Amino acid sequence: MSFTIATSIEDALAALAAGARPVAGGSDLVVGARHGKAPLPDSIVAIDRLSELSTITLTDDGLRIGALATHAAMMLDATIVASYSALADASALVGSPATRNVGTLGGNVMNASPAMDTGAPLLVFGAMVELRSTSGTRSVSLPDLWVGPGSTSAAADELCIALVLAKRPARSGSAYVRLEYRRAMEIAVVGAAASVTLNDDGTAGHVAVALTAVAPTIVAVGGLDAALIGRPVDEDTLAAVARAAAEQSAPISDLRASDSYRRHCVGVMARRAVEAAGRRAGGEAIAIPVNRAYGIGASR
Amino acid sequence: MSMPIKLSIDLNVNGVDYPVTIEPGRNLVSVLRSEVGLTGTKEGCDDCECGACMVLLDGQPVNSCSYLAAQAQGRAITTVEGVMRGAEMHPLQRNLLEAGGVQCGFCTPGMIMSATALLARNPSPTEEEIRIGLSGNLCRCTGYAKIVAAVQATAAGRY
Ligand SMILES: Cc1cc2nc3c(=O)[nH]c(=O)nc-3n(C[C@H](O)[C@H](O)[C@H](O)COP(=O)(O)OP(=O)(O)OC[C@H]3O[C@@H](n4cnc5c(N)ncnc54)[C@H](O)[C@@H]3O)c2cc1C
Ligand code: FES
Ligand code: FES
Repeated sequence: MSFTIATSIEDALAALAAGARPVAGGSDLVVGARHGKAPLPDSIVAIDRLSELSTITLTDDGLRIGALATHAAMMLDATIVASYSALADASALVGSPATRNVGTLGGNVMNASPAMDTGAPLLVFGAMVELRSTSGTRSVSLPDLWVGPGSTSAAADELCIALVLAKRPARSGSAYVRLEYRRAMEIAVVGAAASVTLNDDGTAGHVAVALTAVAPTIVAVGGLDAALIGRPVDEDTLAAVARAAAEQSAPISDLRASDSYRRHCVGVMARRAVEAAGRRAGGEAIAIPVNRAYGIGASR
Repeated sequence: MSMPIKLSIDLNVNGVDYPVTIEPGRNLVSVLRSEVGLTGTKEGCDDCECGACMVLLDGQPVNSCSYLAAQAQGRAITTVEGVMRGAEMHPLQRNLLEAGGVQCGFCTPGMIMSATALLARNPSPTEEEIRIGLSGNLCRCTGYAKIVAAVQATAAGRY
């Protein structure tokens, strides 16, 4: 087994081209090896020193978050908290302070777990993934990246450089909630992110919803426009969101929940996410993470 | 079969450089305990669940059971041995003893690392903030109340 520490992006790309696997925080890769899920790769390149990949910058195109931004950094970043709140909601729920301290956005996205918490927020923000290898850089949408549980369309020699989130229109709000049985060191039983943009008259102008842990990958909910656009975010529209989310989910049964329980609960999570996103779009402050403000998850 | 290649690296633990020669896949807790010889850091689950192995890397808590020792090169590692003030216990250690926050003691080094990191960035945490700060550390003995009380007493400067 070989191990190197990359000191530049070029270093890292050369190592990947030679067959190494990247490790950022190691909270999936190393933990998975200790679980016996998969042995550690034969050749590893540590990318955690590439500080140019941990920056979070607002540009004319939107928000660019470096692949090495940690959950701890994202949950506190002023722009993310104010304008991309669902992502802060998600990062604040990850693991424990130690997990959030080492775990990165790039690691979360490239690990491609159907239960990953940043996935649904990134999908409602229309995020694009920037991938780079020694032969060049390309930009991929998340539905094109995630091909199945733990599997992406990225080539083995491609490094995730950044995620670029679309610019937020005025009067927009977002939220992420997940069903959890305890308040820390948990995996989403199911979860939902929503982004809502309000018209001047307070009705919904744009709504996007995405779901966690109910399909082989994070999935967007389609066909919401007819039920929502031009309507107020009220009991009727929220019920339509819950129905659509439940209908479009294809959950499995495992030791954490049955498929029918997941299907029901993902509807509940979706309506709560839209409701919270709508309130935030209207200017109401709901503290990060919404899970705590809404009392979701076992109390201590 | 190829021979495992070993790495010769320096690990900076509690301000001292320790040269170690290890396989690249070794986890930090085992190197701290076996090569460096500091056994204060405990291994509980070896699975990133319990927090017994918590150490600080550049001041931030990390589960050392699930962190590659080789990846800690060039970073400042702090273990429970490093929180002592000379021969004196850290106030949090004294408060844990006085409050009854230590029973079997297996979780205690990890609790101390998470709590000292919390107090360094937030010197007067609320009870909720303390519970979040310790949320990666399991204790099977105390029921947590006295551990939280010890952190509160430390924040209030009582010892
Ligand atoms: C106790 C615990 C609790 C957790 N709780 C949660 C949770 O609540 N929600 C959640 O979503 N996740 C959770 N996780 C999973 C994990 O912490 C996150 O997915 C984290 O974001 C992974 O980031 P990392 O940097 O540690 O990834 P690593 O383990 O370093 O990497 C993960 C994978 O991505 C690849 N990779 C990493 N960076 C790049 C890159 N820049 N380019 C290309 N490939 C890359 C690696 O090769 C590896 O295959 C938890 C993990 C633990 C141990
Ligand atoms: S031994 Fe590391 S978390 Fe339990
Ligand atoms: S004192 Fe025994 S586990 Fe905490």
